[in-house]
Amino acid sequence: MATIVETRPLVEVTNVRHLYGKGHGQMLVLDDVDLTLNENEIVGLLGRSGSGKSTLLRSIAGLLRPSEGEVRFVQGEDGSQPSVSMVFQTFALFPWLTVLQNVELGLEAQKVAAEERRARALAAIDLIGLDGFENAYPKELSGGMRQRVGLARAIVVDPSLLLMDEPFSALDVLTAETLRTDLLDLWCEGRMRIKSIMIVTHNIEEAVLMCDRILVFSSNPGRVAAEIRVDLPQPRDRLDPAFRALVDGIYVQMTARTPATRVNDGLFPGMGIAMVLPRISTNSLAGLIEEVHGTPFDGRASLADLADSLQLEVDALLPMAETLQLLRLAELAGADIRLTPEARRYAEADVDARKAIFAQALLAHVPLAQHIRRILDDSAGHTAPARRFREQLEDHMSPDYAEETLRTVTQWGRYAEVFAYHEDTDLFSLEDPS
Amino acid sequence: MKEMTPIARGVRPFSRMLRLTAPNRADAIAFVLLTGLAMLVFRGAEGIAEPLSRLRIEPVTLDPAYLPYYALRTTLRMFAALFASLAFTLVVATLAARSRRAGQIIVPALDILQSVPILGFLTFTVTFFMGLFPGRILGVELAAVFAIFTSQAWNMAFSFYQSLRSIPSDLDEVSRGFGLSPVRRFLRLDLPFATPALVWNMMMSMSGGWFFVVASEAITVGNTTVTLPGIGSWLALAIAQRDFTAIGWAVGAMAVVILLYDQFIFRPVVAWADRFRFEQTASSERPQSWAYDLFRRTRLLPLLFAPVTGLARLLLMLDPGHATARIAKADKQASRIGNAIWTALIGAAVLFAAWTIIAYVARTLSWDDALTVIGLACLTMLRVLVLIALASLIWVPIGVWIGLRPKWAERLQPVAQFLAAFPANVLFPFAVILIVQWKLSPEVSLSPLMILGTQWYILFNVIAGASAIPTDLREAADMFRVSGWQWWRQVALPGIFPYYVTGALTASGGSWNASIVAEVVSWGDEKLHASGLGAYIADATAAGDYPRVALGIAVMSLFVIAFNRLLWRPLYAFAERRLRLA
Repeated sequence: MATIVETRPLVEVTNVRHLYGKGHGQMLVLDDVDLTLNENEIVGLLGRSGSGKSTLLRSIAGLLRPSEGEVRFVQGEDGSQPSVSMVFQTFALFPWLTVLQNVELGLEAQKVAAEERRARALAAIDLIGLDGFENAYPKELSGGMRQRVGLARAIVVDPSLLLMDEPFSALDVLTAETLRTDLLDLWCEGRMRIKSIMIVTHNIEEAVLMCDRILVFSSNPGRVAAEIRVDLPQPRDRLDPAFRALVDGIYVQMTARTPATRVNDGLFPGMGIAMVLPRISTNSLAGLIEEVHGTPFDGRASLADLADSLQLEVDALLPMAETLQLLRLAELAGADIRLTPEARRYAEADVDARKAIFAQALLAHVPLAQHIRRILDDSAGHTAPARRFREQLEDHMSPDYAEETLRTVTQWGRYAEVFAYHEDTDLFSLEDPS
Repeated sequence: MKEMTPIARGVRPFSRMLRLTAPNRADAIAFVLLTGLAMLVFRGAEGIAEPLSRLRIEPVTLDPAYLPYYALRTTLRMFAALFASLAFTLVVATLAARSRRAGQIIVPALDILQSVPILGFLTFTVTFFMGLFPGRILGVELAAVFAIFTSQAWNMAFSFYQSLRSIPSDLDEVSRGFGLSPVRRFLRLDLPFATPALVWNMMMSMSGGWFFVVASEAITVGNTTVTLPGIGSWLALAIAQRDFTAIGWAVGAMAVVILLYDQFIFRPVVAWADRFRFEQTASSERPQSWAYDLFRRTRLLPLLFAPVTGLARLLLMLDPGHATARIAKADKQASRIGNAIWTALIGAAVLFAAWTIIAYVARTLSWDDALTVIGLACLTMLRVLVLIALASLIWVPIGVWIGLRPKWAERLQPVAQFLAAFPANVLFPFAVILIVQWKLSPEVSLSPLMILGTQWYILFNVIAGASAIPTDLREAADMFRVSGWQWWRQVALPGIFPYYVTGALTASGGSWNASIVAEVVSWGDEKLHASGLGAYIADATAAGDYPRVALGIAVMSLFVIAFNRLLWRPLYAFAERRLRLA
């Protein structure tokens, strides 16, 4: 649809960089982002958590100012200044205001006269299918209805650009599908006065279903890794081979290594013991190995199929797959994951043998686990305060990441029985006291 | 409080309010109640405008016929102070939350003030207020109201500040995204979000205020004592005259007053404030209030609130409109020099204040005095610790027993809350009579008075904790036949611990405060005296020995703060980390 009409730019983002935090823990979340948003298109920002896509959205919304770079709105042909409004993942409704009052909020702030305000709010409520709920309080509504309120509140102020921050991810699958379809209907029929929609998501299918253009973000720091144009006609069919091909292609994009990162560190930020480890439980890893090992995959699966069969979103699946890769229990090739012989042995082994395999992988490929174990081996009482490692980690990453990384390695180490940890004393030790 | 109702409902056009149908029965009842209330307020206010000499012509007497009037005057004083505290809270806490620099001073100040005895302030402020209205009762009234205010305002302001700081980020983003002006944002987001915690703290403040009413109504200026008509003065007189029946009357009157404002003001307000609780799912148990239901059914009510509605509309009308800055002002680099200057200024002010206090105290007192005071503080601390332990031994098992039986908990929880609201110092004379009669040692026997009023915090928190233990945990314990000490150690105590810490923290803070009135108690000429920091402060206040008052309060503040930081906070952190059932 975007190709038929002549495109006119709405927002231009140039050289945006953004840093969070100060001093040592400073994190570069967005690096060198350039993009142009045109009229009459739905653009998706696709990436994992930590890829800075929400930060970019908030920069465009004017809610935060990027450390460097510029977000520029292009004046309309009639000289009007484009406006934005936003739909939130958490709905962000005021629990003490009724549906009608929530929808009127933005108009009230613009000092629209009471009569007109009421009329416009009612029209928006009508459009979005909330008739009859005007006087309900948000806590009386289901999640889907609440997000409809959020949507009505955003479009009632007639923004040029509608920003959506993972608008459907807090909803169950069926509700999300209904809302998506309703929104697309309104958009295609031109019943909203919105010129463009920008949607942040980590659901690949959602992006392919809704967007005319998808910007895939790499993480740590967030950069635009690829731009994918979706020319399939609406309504789109998930089972259409062209649709599947696009989804697979995006998986490849999202798992692709940038040449700069070393193979050893995979896709995790940081190197050596300073590698940030994601909070993945050994149970999930075992489950993933078993799933890929079993029928129908037999050791090799496409990530898209795997996400389907496990009911996982890419945001959850990719860190697991990459952790397996880090442990050399799997290899990621294109949009596929392939188990190593080690992992196949793991799948067939009993509990103790599994632990042994995992322990070996852990000590061989996770430098932090290696480091902790070495220190425990060397120290006199075979104990070491966790504080010591926490401080070491904090030299390289933010305290939050340090805490998460240490927790992860603790859980892995406990499972592998490589070392033990006691919470009360905050001590690592070689063995659990019996 | 009331001015929030119309705002929350949305500002309605005035014409719609006038379009009334025939008033209903609820209207009639509400009308009578409200008219009665208005009459009472006017009747009480009349007395305030009179000249000071009137007090000498009509001194406080122990005639029960006057008691309702005295109770009225005292209650009005309390509410005047409460409104002053509310105004203070809205202004100061908002300032602290909005301006980082103001917050740097206000927040630690509030944190300290809310855990510190303020009784000593009284002597300093009376002269000031009497100077404002020479020869009028109004001056003394204001001094009394101010004294009560100093016991109410800090925790309210602190709670409001904390609410403002914990506003959910998504609602904050919506407000900024739509460019709500500061006034509108305050009325739409800040105020509603903070209301539930604020209401709860107002109730706590009201209970705390009663404690100081007795002290604030009989005010000594130089050599003359001004006695304002009120329950506090009545009580002081009754104690001086050893009139047992009069004390009984006062206790009764107080119980009635507390019951009345609880039913007619706080319960309706709590029921109303429930709508502002920040939760996305409707909770099954909502606070109930018959008075609130009654008022809600009336049709005349909107008319009554019209002035407040008008104020809100006026505020919004005068409002400059669009807030231009969506981005929270980043005062990072530009003001680095400003920051340095600001910090230096604060530092200088703190040093100067410390130096002034030390110089003032050191003029008359020596290091020996300081050591004595610290010794006394240790004595009082010992009392507090022992009493909290004793009260816990008694009330924890009882609280758990009640909490596990929902029917009992439902009935007894309000009773425990009522007892916590009741000013325990009113009951002191009864204890004194017993002590004198049985010739007990005041050092030991006066101690329980400190916890008389505060032990209830332990009880009702434990009840709440025990009722919150999940049924599945209790069922699991039953399944495995966990009983006896093991049950207490592994089920009940960990389950109630976070709640218990909250209760014990409040109780201990209250007990420190109470020591000032509990360590020196009199009955007619009989004066019982236990050595401790509370007695030291009380004696110094009575003698008008300001340096000693200052020293005593400073040391008590240090002890209370150290107590909170070194004992309660770590316990609290432990409970949050390990035992919170989430």
